[in-house]
Amino acid sequence: MTTAPAARRIIQPVLSALVQIALLIAVLGYVLDSGAQLINYQWQWHRVTDYIAYYEDGQWWPAELLQGLGVTLQITAISLVFTLIIGMSTALLRRSDSWLGRAMASLYIEVIRNTPLLVQIYLLYFVFGPVIGLDRFSTAVLALALFQGAYTAEILRAGFTTIAPGQLEACRTLGLSYIDSYKSVIIPQVIQRTLPALTNEVVSLVKNSSIVSVMAIFDLTTEGRNIIADTAMPFEIWFTIAALYLSLTLSLSLFSALLERKLGAHWR
Amino acid sequence: MNTLGTNVIAANGSHSDSAQQVIHFQQVNKWFGQFQALKNINLSITAGERLVVCGPSGSGKSTLIRCINGLESYDSGTLQLFQSTDIHTGTRYGKVGMVFQHFNLFPHMTVLENLTLAPCKTLKLPKHEANARAMAMLQRVQIAEQADKFPNQLSGGQQQRVAIARSLCMQPEILLFDEPTSALDPEMISEVLDVMSDLASEGMTMVCVTHEMGFAKKVADRVVFMDEGEIIEIASPEVFFAHPQHPRSKQFLQQILSY
Repeated sequence: MTTAPAARRIIQPVLSALVQIALLIAVLGYVLDSGAQLINYQWQWHRVTDYIAYYEDGQWWPAELLQGLGVTLQITAISLVFTLIIGMSTALLRRSDSWLGRAMASLYIEVIRNTPLLVQIYLLYFVFGPVIGLDRFSTAVLALALFQGAYTAEILRAGFTTIAPGQLEACRTLGLSYIDSYKSVIIPQVIQRTLPALTNEVVSLVKNSSIVSVMAIFDLTTEGRNIIADTAMPFEIWFTIAALYLSLTLSLSLFSALLERKLGAHWR
Repeated sequence: MNTLGTNVIAANGSHSDSAQQVIHFQQVNKWFGQFQALKNINLSITAGERLVVCGPSGSGKSTLIRCINGLESYDSGTLQLFQSTDIHTGTRYGKVGMVFQHFNLFPHMTVLENLTLAPCKTLKLPKHEANARAMAMLQRVQIAEQADKFPNQLSGGQQQRVAIARSLCMQPEILLFDEPTSALDPEMISEVLDVMSDLASEGMTMVCVTHEMGFAKKVADRVVFMDEGEIIEIASPEVFFAHPQHPRSKQFLQQILSY
């Protein structure tokens, strides 16, 4: 059996993909542009860069959109830490011997999964936040972590059920404590197996973070809305914002794919 | 039936001083819901003894040995381990090792990490000492060259030898084997049985649930035959295989030796 020449194996599919993408963009661009012309929309793409970064006193400064992206990243990162803590604790509680623990974990998951995120945010922002004296940023982090933690808990719980009972039996027979067993044996396997689903959760977290804009946090979405209020160019700004979110989530997905290969390359 | 079982044990089960007893079952019963998995188990095992437990599937063999290291609880009677009824204390530091049918190696760790995890965490051995001990044990099961591989890169026989070495790293006083060769391809069974025979000749206390009758003849001090949760017969392998006393033992031997 001979392999096809490199030109046919690699270059041809790449070229055809590029042509297809170019065609798609051209069609979409035409539809969008003719629509904009119908409502006499004036494209002002050249002004958008000023809202990403500007040059002053011999150096570059981040403008509103990049600052907003920074806040979004910050909220996402801190929420992610708490999401994982809440998710893991809830998943472990649901597996525990304690009747009360299991009941509480189930109640939490059901309440969070069956109410809209926006309602949860309003409840936290207007009711619980002021009562327990949380600032806006902490309330936002809490709301996102509580919401995403419930879904993450279910993913991790599903992951735990895929681990054969023999793993824990081997740990017990070797005299390992419960904490050591989970820390060294069970949880690393659960993380490796659930990584694709966990990545989805991180991506959701990035996207859901845009909802905190309703409580006047200057994240990417809020900054965008403010810019549009000043400049009246919604098309350009919303496209830019979507592109910024997309680049963030796509790089996360890429990172996760690499991590998954690295974690499981040797033993799966 | 119970009286007969008890009589046989009285004749064979108390052939040594109680001081040497490391495992002692007394009237142990266990139920899984309505199903009685163990019925009036009386059995004493002394230090250094090699015991083979056999019987048809579902006869309670695995449940019996899983009680010894606390993986199963029992509902009535007493079970003493090292003269104590506190099974948890007896098993805490890996003093009762177990080798499983499906190996239960940790798939995300190398062979060496599998062996050093418990000594480092539980016995608090320094890393270099745990490594040295692990390599010695791998040498003992003749698989030292595989130390840096992952379990799924090894054959079944090699994995089971790693599992045996992993138990040995905790320096157990008793090793339990739960059908250690049942999940292996035929050509790999002998390499595992060889390692087990070596251990037996070094004086390890062993309780083996196995269908390998050749191994039982060669290594066992006593053979325990179980059926429907009861110990039907305990005898030396010479007696058990040549002159089984109980009709159910005879039937079982006929079934497994007919091919």
